[in-house]
Amino acid sequence: MSVTFHPVTSSEAVRMIAGREITTRVRSKAFIWTTIALVAGVVLGGVILHLAAPDDDEGQSVGLTSAASDVSEILVGTAQVSGVTVTTQDVSDEAAGEQLLRDGKIDALVTSTDPFTVVVHESLPESLTPVFTSVAQQVALSSAITDLGGNPASVSAEIAAATPTVTALEPPPERDAAQVAAGFIAGILLFVTLISTGQLVAQGVVEEKSSRVVELLLATVRPWQLMAGKVLGIGFIGLAQIVLVVTAGAGTAAALGLVDASSLDVGTTALWVVVWFVVGFTTYALALGALAALVSRQEDVGSVTAPVITVMMIPYIIGVSIAPWDPTNPLVVALSFIPFCAPLIMPIRIALGEVAPWEVAVSLGLSLAVIPVLVWFAGRVYSNAVLHSGGRIKLKDALAGR
Amino acid sequence: MDSMSALTMTALNKSYGAVRALRDLSLEVRAGEIVGFVGSNGAGKSTAMRITLGVVAADSGEVRWDGRLIDLDVRRRIGYMPEERGLYPRMRVGEQLTYLARLHGLDTAQATTSMEHWTEVLGIAERRGDEVLKLSLGNQQRVQLAAALVHSPEILVLDEPFSGLDPVAVDVMSAVLRDQAAAGVPVLFSSHQLELVESLCDRVGIINSGSIVAFGDIETLRRTDTRRWVVDGPPYASWLPSVPTASLISTEGSRTVVEVQDASLTTVDQELLGAALAAGPVHEFTRQRPSLTELYRHVVRTPSEAVLDAQEVSA
Repeated sequence: MSVTFHPVTSSEAVRMIAGREITTRVRSKAFIWTTIALVAGVVLGGVILHLAAPDDDEGQSVGLTSAASDVSEILVGTAQVSGVTVTTQDVSDEAAGEQLLRDGKIDALVTSTDPFTVVVHESLPESLTPVFTSVAQQVALSSAITDLGGNPASVSAEIAAATPTVTALEPPPERDAAQVAAGFIAGILLFVTLISTGQLVAQGVVEEKSSRVVELLLATVRPWQLMAGKVLGIGFIGLAQIVLVVTAGAGTAAALGLVDASSLDVGTTALWVVVWFVVGFTTYALALGALAALVSRQEDVGSVTAPVITVMMIPYIIGVSIAPWDPTNPLVVALSFIPFCAPLIMPIRIALGEVAPWEVAVSLGLSLAVIPVLVWFAGRVYSNAVLHSGGRIKLKDALAGR
Repeated sequence: MDSMSALTMTALNKSYGAVRALRDLSLEVRAGEIVGFVGSNGAGKSTAMRITLGVVAADSGEVRWDGRLIDLDVRRRIGYMPEERGLYPRMRVGEQLTYLARLHGLDTAQATTSMEHWTEVLGIAERRGDEVLKLSLGNQQRVQLAAALVHSPEILVLDEPFSGLDPVAVDVMSAVLRDQAAAGVPVLFSSHQLELVESLCDRVGIINSGSIVAFGDIETLRRTDTRRWVVDGPPYASWLPSVPTASLISTEGSRTVVEVQDASLTTVDQELLGAALAAGPVHEFTRQRPSLTELYRHVVRTPSEAVLDAQEVSA
């Protein structure tokens, strides 16, 4: 059989190797199900948040019988001061009002102002208790002022205006639930995708070693091409996965209007999550790939990669347990600059809007600066260790090339 | 292909710590020739092959093809079967072979055609869609050979290609090696199955403790200074003493094996036959040539300098 050969360039070799990784992973059930689970997780999470959101926006509806209709204005005003939206509606009589209560059309019914009487279906909504208390006191006061010959309207106006001025020494930053949720989700998502893709690289390296196919491959490609192809291939599908999940999450948030009232910038946060995934994946893939080359059996992957996984756990735990609620915590801030930790913490700070652009730039710069060192380290360890079969090779021997 | 083309290993040296795996190993495989590489475990066969393929670096020495130092471009043209068999266990046979062919420089269409050709020839065509790990060990071996052949190599370097093969597969493998040699490919393979080496190879290299201790065609190797004859005739005691240069090796019934160490005695066979005939009827008088197995035992037992009983150095 006659064939024509063409010399295989480095980029062709790397592309072929990356292509094989992509095809293999995309077909793997584990990858498909992880992706489906992550997408379903963010979409369902959004839906649940939406459903669980308190209906405060619609406010409380209070029915007023003719005997109480003149408290409408004072009731709405007082409620507004307490941050509760109240709408009133007049009901023809007490019986009709009670029927509306039973039907859930109104939340409370005022039947009389002297004495101030409120009828509810089961119990008075918590947010309305202080409102009614205050209204009852004002009504009583008004009637007393009238009895004394004064003008209740002007007294009411003065009372309404008498709000305390509060000066905070250290005002807490503006932060809302959507930002906290976004930070929390970003932390978990990055950890899950980084650890799963990092493990794929480690397992892939050991699979080639344990199956000995690496010897066949290294007779035709160079070690760095094999490593680069693997990292790029797995990185590509990891990136596709996280882009899919982030898009699904952002899309859900936008569709359900979850962030309408929030100062969270979904687009920017999503973009940063993807950027930090790329940085974090490169960092961890190189470290884990090199370490995995030291062993020859899948059972040993866990022990050899344990130090790196531990390094991942620390920023992750601090990231999701402290950062979303206290993003200015000194530990959180410090870790967000340290390479290996930054990809798991900085996106949380970004989601919370608690970070200056220069901080992101410095942190990104530090993480990127470590990558050439990791490339050197991984290239050296991998080339020296990948053909050693049998026992576990000491890291310093692999670095020294013994 | 130029008939002068040859794969040459020259003065290869390699040590693993205190273990010297190769000492000045030199070997030549000409285009169109099958060379058998024989030696005990740890003698250095695999190391020499791995150096040729560039997966291990030699401490000194060089490997050339057609006079040119072997580099990555030449290595892509070598078909290699490593001692430690290796394929992606969870990759389908057909895809795996196509992938390997492409890595070696074939385009996708050629890679597919070649994969189809070799799976057909090696009798694994119907397993193309199966993952390698689902195949029997014998069929995995066939896939391994297909992996060595799928890029139409110019050179074949096969480490123990016959180990683990059933007799039918041995025949298929032998035929493939002969075909490849006939097409001008130099074939170097190692084996412990000496009968196979004897029947397949044009030349044999016997390696011991990292050096080639005997190299040549089997006939030449057999032509040793020490000659033996088998005499089926009268009891040796009645005639052997009259030929003082000959000594008794063994006797069984009427058969006697005698040995003459001095190669300069060109007429000693006539003297032996004459002496035996004088003592009684002779039914058989044959020169006994050593089999490769005996040759191998002989050279391998000969103590070479500072034999570090090299352990299995496959690392």
